[in-house]
Amino acid sequence: MNNLKGIYALWYREFKVFIREKSRLGFSVINPLVWLLVVGGGLGSVVSFDGVNYRTFIYPGILIQSVIFSSIFFGVYIVLDKKIDFMKEVLVAPISRTAMFVGKVVGGSTDALIEIVTLLVIGFILESTGILTGVSINFVSGIVSLGFLLSTTVAMVSLGLIIGSQMESTEGFQLVASFLLFPLFFLSGALFPITNLPSWLSPVVFCNPITYSVDGLRGILIGISKFNIGLDFAVIGTFALITILIGTFAFKSMEV
Amino acid sequence: MNVIDTRNLTKKYKEVTAVDDLTLQIKEGEIFGLLGPNGAGKTTTLLMLTTLRKPTSGTATINNFDIVRQPDKVRKSIGIVFQDPSSDEVLTGYENLKLHRWLYGMPGDLAERRIKEVLELVDLTKRKNDLVKKYSGGMRRRLEIARGLMHHPKVLFLDEPTLGLDPQARGHIWGYIKKLAQEEKITIVITTHYMDEADNLCGRLAIIDEGKIIVSGSPGELKKKFGGDIVRLKAKNLNIGALKKLNYVNKVEKRDDEVSLTVKDTNEHLQEILMLAGKVESVEVHSPTLDDVFIHYTGRTIREGAPEGGWAQKAMAFKTKR
Ligand SMILES: Nc1ncnc2c1ncn2[C@@H]1O[C@H](COP(=O)(O)OP(=O)(O)OP(=O)(O)O)[C@@H](O)[C@H]1O
Ligand SMILES: [Mg+2]
Repeated sequence: MNNLKGIYALWYREFKVFIREKSRLGFSVINPLVWLLVVGGGLGSVVSFDGVNYRTFIYPGILIQSVIFSSIFFGVYIVLDKKIDFMKEVLVAPISRTAMFVGKVVGGSTDALIEIVTLLVIGFILESTGILTGVSINFVSGIVSLGFLLSTTVAMVSLGLIIGSQMESTEGFQLVASFLLFPLFFLSGALFPITNLPSWLSPVVFCNPITYSVDGLRGILIGISKFNIGLDFAVIGTFALITILIGTFAFKSMEV
Repeated sequence: MNVIDTRNLTKKYKEVTAVDDLTLQIKEGEIFGLLGPNGAGKTTTLLMLTTLRKPTSGTATINNFDIVRQPDKVRKSIGIVFQDPSSDEVLTGYENLKLHRWLYGMPGDLAERRIKEVLELVDLTKRKNDLVKKYSGGMRRRLEIARGLMHHPKVLFLDEPTLGLDPQARGHIWGYIKKLAQEEKITIVITTHYMDEADNLCGRLAIIDEGKIIVSGSPGELKKKFGGDIVRLKAKNLNIGALKKLNYVNKVEKRDDEVSLTVKDTNEHLQEILMLAGKVESVEVHSPTLDDVFIHYTGRTIREGAPEGGWAQKAMAFKTKR
């Protein structure tokens, strides 16, 4: 009971901060738009994959990119909390470390959820105005996409929190997070099809859980996927569970 | 009943032993002071007692729960006001208190009543809906004290609570702390660099240095232990040798052309001292204060290197946080 209130407290804090810092949402929406319009638009005139325009092809990838970047960097707030004694105020409270971790994950995922919905709505608008073709965003595909994106978010927020709980400086956090993000994103098929990959690359891509997020989302939104969507969902769900488990453990061992 | 009972509590960092074999008992409803120069190990002691840092060896019980083996139970019995800023400045004062309410599982009506009460105490009622970012250093400090006092735990730890506060605010807070101890039987452990605060509040205190207790007792006992009054003489050519020979003079300290003596039964002996001293420019006699006791035991004054204003500076330094 007390733990639930604690989770609510931590969520409340993140949510208040998020709505007060509107620039955070602004940037997290502008960045993917730039990718979609500039990269997608620029290459779109010369490249097409699997019979769809490149801009259409990368739209699911860009959604995933936006979500994994802002989710993992959410972990930096743990480092900042540790710099002042706010972290101690939370750690000394009579709630379990698991509740603390869950509260943080729920808080970070809410931020991402707002971002996801905004990007889906923007996608819908671009599609209706003909800027983005061949993307089917309707009520059902929207909800299923949300499920995919949220599982990815939970996994990546947890990963960010794991890193943050072990780091003392924001610079250190940034270094480790970027080190992980680049392969996760660039070797995921977000920007290219994962069929006919060079043989040295395909094992790496197939081991990357984000590959399955992108594949599933692409399947839902533009009907192109390599794997069964159920498999995609199972992989990303398992990845989320593993990161949650490690995260709870990381929080239990966190010292201030 | 001992609400706090530490046994050989020790914390070693790489090079330093911050807390060294600390054994200490504190009873229910006591206000206990921990005094000591910077780096003496006060904060480290509180962090161990509040389960935030693990002792290297030894342990303690709080409210009969072991801080190493039952940290969850200990956390249900305690509250703490940290030395460094610990509120979220993107939230308002009131929101910070609400957060605390949920973290401690306080029921709604009680929480609202307490929030009102503590906000009034620290005189922030009018500013409760402002972001903490917009508070002055002292206001932020007051908010954190209010938060710490809100949930009336069994044991309350206060780490230099009134650092940087104006005298009026300190007076109010002292009153409330005393009330908590007397009426609610809350046990309070307070660290401070203000000797008047220790004198005013604490039933008992311990002076620690380099992680060890040097002396402990009530403020009255400690002053008595000091062994007499302090007589300060200012003179050009003092016969220090002769003064040192007097058996009722305990301690002679010379600084420039000033001498400070610790004298037993001053009333009887002052005349003789003055005769021996020769021509003096000024004489000052006072009974020992906690300041004198502190300097006597730690060999330095508390003001040397005391982190005056350090708290507020820290608060400012993190303004740019989010
Ligand atoms: N995290 C840490 N790592 C290494 N050494 C530490 C750490 N925290 C404290 N110390 C050291 O432990 C000793 C005791 O520090 P502590 O903060 O307990 O002192 P304090 O009595 O609270 O001092 P102050 O009056 O300045 O607040 C100091 O020598 C300090 O440098
Ligand atoms: Mg300290």
